[in-house]
Amino acid sequence: MAISISLTVNGAPISASVDPGTLLVQFLRDQLRLTGTHVGCDTAQCGACTVHLNGRAVKACNILAVQAEGANVTTIEGLAKDGALHPMQAAFKHCHGLQCGFCTPGMVMSAVSLVERRPNLTGDDVRAELDGNLCRCTGYHNIVKAVLEGAEGMKTSSAAPAAAPATA
Amino acid sequence: MNAPDSHRLVGASVERKEDYRFLTGNGQYTDDIVLPQQTYAVFLRSPYAHARIKRIDTAAAKQSPGVVAIFTGADMAADNVGGLPCGWLIHSTDGKPMNEPPHPIIAHTKVRHVGDQVALVIADSINAAKDAAELIDVDYDVLPAVVDTAHAADPGQPAVHDEVLDNVCYNWGHGDKAATDAAFARAAHVTTLDIVNNRLIPNAIEPRAVNASYSAQDDGYTLYVANQNPHVERLLMAAFVLSLPESKLRVIAPDVGGGFGSKIFLYAEDVALTWASKKIRRPVKWTAERSEAFVSDAHGRDHVTRAELALDADGKFLAMRIHTIANMGAYLSTFASSVPTILYATLLAGQYATPAIYAEVKAVFTNTVPVDAYRGAGRPEATFVVERLVETAAREMKLDPAEIRRRNFIREFPYATPVGLTYDTGDYETILARSLELADVKGFEARRQESEKNGKRRGLGYSCYIEACGLAPSNIAGALGARAGLFEVGQIRVHPTGSVTVFTGSHSHGQGHETTFAQVVADRLGIALESVEIVHGDTGRIPFGMGTYGSRSIAVGGSAIMKALDKIETKAKKIAAHLLEAAAEDIEFKDGVFRVAGTDRTKAFAEISLAAYVPHNYPLDVLEPGLEESAFYDPSNFTYPSGAYICEVEVDPETGVCNIQQFTAVDDFGNVINPMIVEGQVHGGLAQGIGQAMLERCVYDDESGQLLSGSYMDYAMPRASDLPNFTVETSKGTPCTHNPLGVKGCGEAGAIGSPPAVINAIIDALAPLGVTDLQMPATPHRVWSAIHAAKQPH
Repeated sequence: MAISISLTVNGAPISASVDPGTLLVQFLRDQLRLTGTHVGCDTAQCGACTVHLNGRAVKACNILAVQAEGANVTTIEGLAKDGALHPMQAAFKHCHGLQCGFCTPGMVMSAVSLVERRPNLTGDDVRAELDGNLCRCTGYHNIVKAVLEGAEGMKTSSAAPAAAPATA
Repeated sequence: MNAPDSHRLVGASVERKEDYRFLTGNGQYTDDIVLPQQTYAVFLRSPYAHARIKRIDTAAAKQSPGVVAIFTGADMAADNVGGLPCGWLIHSTDGKPMNEPPHPIIAHTKVRHVGDQVALVIADSINAAKDAAELIDVDYDVLPAVVDTAHAADPGQPAVHDEVLDNVCYNWGHGDKAATDAAFARAAHVTTLDIVNNRLIPNAIEPRAVNASYSAQDDGYTLYVANQNPHVERLLMAAFVLSLPESKLRVIAPDVGGGFGSKIFLYAEDVALTWASKKIRRPVKWTAERSEAFVSDAHGRDHVTRAELALDADGKFLAMRIHTIANMGAYLSTFASSVPTILYATLLAGQYATPAIYAEVKAVFTNTVPVDAYRGAGRPEATFVVERLVETAAREMKLDPAEIRRRNFIREFPYATPVGLTYDTGDYETILARSLELADVKGFEARRQESEKNGKRRGLGYSCYIEACGLAPSNIAGALGARAGLFEVGQIRVHPTGSVTVFTGSHSHGQGHETTFAQVVADRLGIALESVEIVHGDTGRIPFGMGTYGSRSIAVGGSAIMKALDKIETKAKKIAAHLLEAAAEDIEFKDGVFRVAGTDRTKAFAEISLAAYVPHNYPLDVLEPGLEESAFYDPSNFTYPSGAYICEVEVDPETGVCNIQQFTAVDDFGNVINPMIVEGQVHGGLAQGIGQAMLERCVYDDESGQLLSGSYMDYAMPRASDLPNFTVETSKGTPCTHNPLGVKGCGEAGAIGSPPAVINAIIDALAPLGVTDLQMPATPHRVWSAIHAAKQPH
């Protein structure tokens, strides 16, 4: 028994039919084929599936697709604009805040939401706030550095919206 | 991260080429791949640690909507599918080969650990497969289980395998027992410790995943798998399990989300899906759920050790004697047997000139998940034994812990240890001095007093580690029991316009090879970084490879690339000589330019590559067209990274909570290609080591054999808030003497060196309260209990 839902994903209107048991992360990955959002656990602990729902970071494994009815969802695929990395993405690259890349989309989405809520952060704040995102590669050292640098970058870019071009 | 000079990339912190795709959600991991006609698999797993399977009834499940097929161990046995092989043969001290009981792909008559595979369910959707799995009726005859490492081989314990009644895989000995015992007999002081090296669960954040398909067109298979060494996976599966020609099996390990050792192995799921894909003639995908990963990924560590160090009156080490019981789990995983032997006992010399060492290792089977190589593999266990013994001896003999190390450091190289390795180079004194300086050990006493004023206890702990990596000379490994070679392969394809594709047998799952290897190649050929593409992880594109583990990629894989580049340069010089009408011996190659020595007659690299593919003016009578070379590199020795780590902790004696105030790591990795990446590798290793020392512990219930730490709610993964910023320095090293890049490897150092530094620091903090020993992980409860136990009158 499928249910119809309508929502906005990365700025594009989407209408789809989903099984009521479908998680938002399954909907994004399997139906929309937005595979940048990852699944790393089954207890809502790792944060690899973090996306923005109406501007707030949520774990997409912990919410049903039908609960996103009418919502505005942003995934990691929707963060860079016209190929130019978001300042937080650029900071992760610059600070070597990623290694295998698997936790990275969730980490970046959490970090963007965190900085939007709390633009002025210390390293300890970042460590406390990133409690919901696990990384097994980096030891978090460079992630913390990247979030602080990304926070500065977000201030600058909100003052002057043209982001630096990405270098692939 | 300054923009490097385009011809001086080696040694520069170049930003990673792979990051853009990862940061924009364009990475492609195995679970991201969906093939036409895709089916989905679920494994029904044993809820019991030990039971006989009396009957499996799949009739109702097969009628469930969407089900494509259900297979059990009986189906695989009927097809004569072999069991999983073990890649390293260890002999017991009595000369007998180790016990190798069968390791079935799907449990047939008996289950031996919680999570053992009982049936494979394949359906059109994952939910349909899950629903059907619930309808399978298995009649188990539950048996008593054994999970305790220390007592698994005691008389009267249940036998995990009917073929191995005492649960002993092997009793192995290494070193000179007589010389060691004699040295103990004349020692002025003997330090003795009982050590439990806690069992860890790997937990790469990408769960294991497999997508297998069969093509009737060429009677071949393609396997996408989250794996660290696709050629080894192919060799083991094709030759030892499914009896296929390797040419019929293509293994692709695409982007892989962390491995840490746990994705080296040939797993039962990989085989089951490959086999099943031909049965159903459709692609089959399985992705582990995290709770499934906890009970099916090979675990790490799990040693119980009695360790003794004999010293003379001046604190000089005379001998070391070790007895270790190592848990193999229920079955021998791919390289399990080598971890507590070849990768452990050979490291017991550490950085010290201990004249005699003897180690005995008993490996036991238990009703737990198999244990295999994990993030350091044997070397963290060895380092913990050595560095806890050294620090404890210093405390007992009232010697400064840095001083006792200095008195015993190896100072002349090459140095042959009494446990079979020959260290080529090192400078332990210098790195310890640098670590003491960076950690401001001189200022520690003032900080300690300040903590005490605040009701806290502060401690300092050292760890001077050595590791053997860059596995390995194949002939030595073979003599030690390896059933495979350990070389690496590099292939360089120069395209007509001068861009280059490099095919490497190493595999990157976070290490950044696409950048580091490209730096090496671009520098050597004098071309732009952007002109070099690194291809890895596909047996269909790369000649061969042994993969990535044991911190071997740059030391072995990088050396293979260098060897292939030598061949490229040799041939390119011949082409240049022809075009420049000179002798090949007179051609110099530097910064991408071929020059007749002492003249201004030159050809650019791209002119040579074009001539190789458009050979109109070309010495066709003596030289083949094209510019492509490959090389197999087999190292002549291991590499020996070393480091001096210092941990400073503050302990709240009221609660037992320990906080790391500062962690200093000075490492000697030889030459460093990309310092940013190398430091990142150390950071990650430190998080693992600190995690082992303070947080992580795999716990099985002794009676039922149930895994009690089976989720992120129960198993304490290190989080950002658990860790400090690290002080890491890697710059001043002694280059490796026997590989062309002078590199040693850095992937595991942090995990190897840090656990004893943490425990030594906590004990240093609590020594005034009478605490002399502490097992990992040093949780607040354990630390608080140790403080209170020490307070009790004896």
